[in-house]
Amino acid sequence: MKRRFVLLAISAFGLLAGLASVPLSLGEPNPQRIVVAGGDLTEIIFALDAGQRVIGVDTTSTWPERTKELPRIGYLRRLSAEGVLSLEPDLLISADDAGPAVVLQQLRTAGVPIAQAPETQRAGDVASKIRFVGEVLGLEEEAAALARQYDKELSAVTAKVATLEQQPRVLFILSIQGNALLVGGEGTSADEMIRLAGGRNVAAAVNGYKPMGRETILDLNPEVVLMMNHAASRLGGAERLLERPDLAPTAAGMNGRIVTMDGMRLLGFGPRTPAAVAELARALQPQAAAAAGL
Amino acid sequence: MDTSLQRRLLRRWLLLGSFVVAACLLALAGLALGPVAMAPQRVVSTLLGDGNTVETAIIWAIRLPRLVLACAVGSALAVSGAALQGVLRNPLADPGLIGVTAGASLGAVTVIVLGEKLAEGLPTHFLPWLLPTAAFLGAGSVLAAVSGFSRRHGHTSVATLILVGVAMNAIAVAVIGMLVYVSTDDQLRDLTFWTMGALGGAGWPLVLVATGLTALTLPLLMAQARSLDLFQLGERAAFHTGVGVEAVKRRIMLATAVALGAVTAAAGPIGFIGLVAPHLARLVFGTRHAILLPAAMVLGICLTLAADLTVRLVVPPAEPPLGLATSLIGGPFFLWLLLRRRAEPGGRMSRRRIGQGEGIGRA
Repeated sequence: MKRRFVLLAISAFGLLAGLASVPLSLGEPNPQRIVVAGGDLTEIIFALDAGQRVIGVDTTSTWPERTKELPRIGYLRRLSAEGVLSLEPDLLISADDAGPAVVLQQLRTAGVPIAQAPETQRAGDVASKIRFVGEVLGLEEEAAALARQYDKELSAVTAKVATLEQQPRVLFILSIQGNALLVGGEGTSADEMIRLAGGRNVAAAVNGYKPMGRETILDLNPEVVLMMNHAASRLGGAERLLERPDLAPTAAGMNGRIVTMDGMRLLGFGPRTPAAVAELARALQPQAAAAAGL
Repeated sequence: MDTSLQRRLLRRWLLLGSFVVAACLLALAGLALGPVAMAPQRVVSTLLGDGNTVETAIIWAIRLPRLVLACAVGSALAVSGAALQGVLRNPLADPGLIGVTAGASLGAVTVIVLGEKLAEGLPTHFLPWLLPTAAFLGAGSVLAAVSGFSRRHGHTSVATLILVGVAMNAIAVAVIGMLVYVSTDDQLRDLTFWTMGALGGAGWPLVLVATGLTALTLPLLMAQARSLDLFQLGERAAFHTGVGVEAVKRRIMLATAVALGAVTAAAGPIGFIGLVAPHLARLVFGTRHAILLPAAMVLGICLTLAADLTVRLVVPPAEPPLGLATSLIGGPFFLWLLLRRRAEPGGRMSRRRIGQGEGIGRA
């Protein structure tokens, strides 16, 4: 029994070593069968008008509508090597946090070129992500134009936001954990979006998405509650949520101020981000935003 | 021994043989079936070293390590479960009950959350091994604590052992909760998925270590078959028939800790097989451990392979967690067997008693 395992081990290692020494092809200069793991990357590819080359997407790719007809390879951190291979891609474009590492290694062994995008934590990084996708797809010029347009739109929006006088106190609620609200603190995409849209994140004292106690929320007294719309509807709708005892006595609860937006649009950091910032700014303070031309 | 008993024994071994055949067929299916369609003759020629790059990668880097790991996971969980149920004389004993799974999870979650700090100063080629090693150590140390705390004056009380297991479970879960609280968004997603279990996330080196450790411990557990039969009479009676009660307990705890720690480190916690495979084996083959332990092993392998095939094929190209499938396949099958046995009184039950009596008679 044990000797057979040793033999198996030797043959397997020998084979893998052999495979590793074969130089991996760098892939087609102009890939036509692309699998994408990362909703932001999918949005960029479609914005570059290369959507017809995408043959499979992960579960975070929800926009544009056409992606809903494509085969789903699962969640981007839980890819299945054979699942991706079964689509016979000539390129896998993945977000920096896609995985698991073993699966990516198996895909490389099978000769699938993998292009891993740089990390984007801020809205300002999106342009470099667009240029990266353009390079990988062989659409450098289109990508450069899209990146310039993105930067222009973003700086136009932020310039207008800068003229707003008020900074409403905003609380981003990701979901409810147990019975506590899971809020978006410092370092989250929600924090960045609130700041860009001219709001002040009242939960900035905590780091990441954390459950927050009732008294703390009452003490922070947010003026607006921000949520992703699927999370709000899952929790019984925006109105029901503001009736919770930890939200009802706050300024947001008393004035019925809750803003819901599509999750990927709000937090995805893709080509739609400038528009999303403007939409959020309008939702936070409608009159002032209109006066500022947003 | 009368001829009817001999016939029954023969029939039982034949039945076991048919389950072995089923396991082999499932293993072949595991090599031949997947989201990527491959003709059987291509699978064979790829195994003989004649495939193209993609085929070779699918068989040698994806399907074969999965297959080997599935066999290790199935046999380790099932045989450990059967041995624990026997030595604790508790039909609900499984790796989860005595805290092994929680210990392994604690180790894994610690690495996922605090990994960057732990990794400082470690050689880079060790990093892929950090998580499995921590899971293994977690399982081992929880089990050591459980058996240590339940020993009094050189005697291990089974009732105390189970209660200490419950307490250790609670402590481990609480510490995991604290780590979850301080984790970042990415880490949270990683550890959620780790706790669902998967066979696809382990490469060859890890698979071979887990399989090797399992292969080392299985004979050790199988060798306790006679003692486990006698344990069913109660510890005192077993002691009076000459069983080294404490030594048997120690050996079984050690072997299960190694086997369970190894497979949990490689595949994450996979529920249900450790509980149900031994019960299935008991329903079909009776309670004699000499046949129960191998039967549980074969059934455990069958269940794991069937579950793995299911998750691979149900919604390609995505893949749902393995734990869902083990429960979905094993649960109804177990229920069906249980109800069928109950509807058929007399003969089967008395056979179980004969099975037990026989083991005692020979000891």
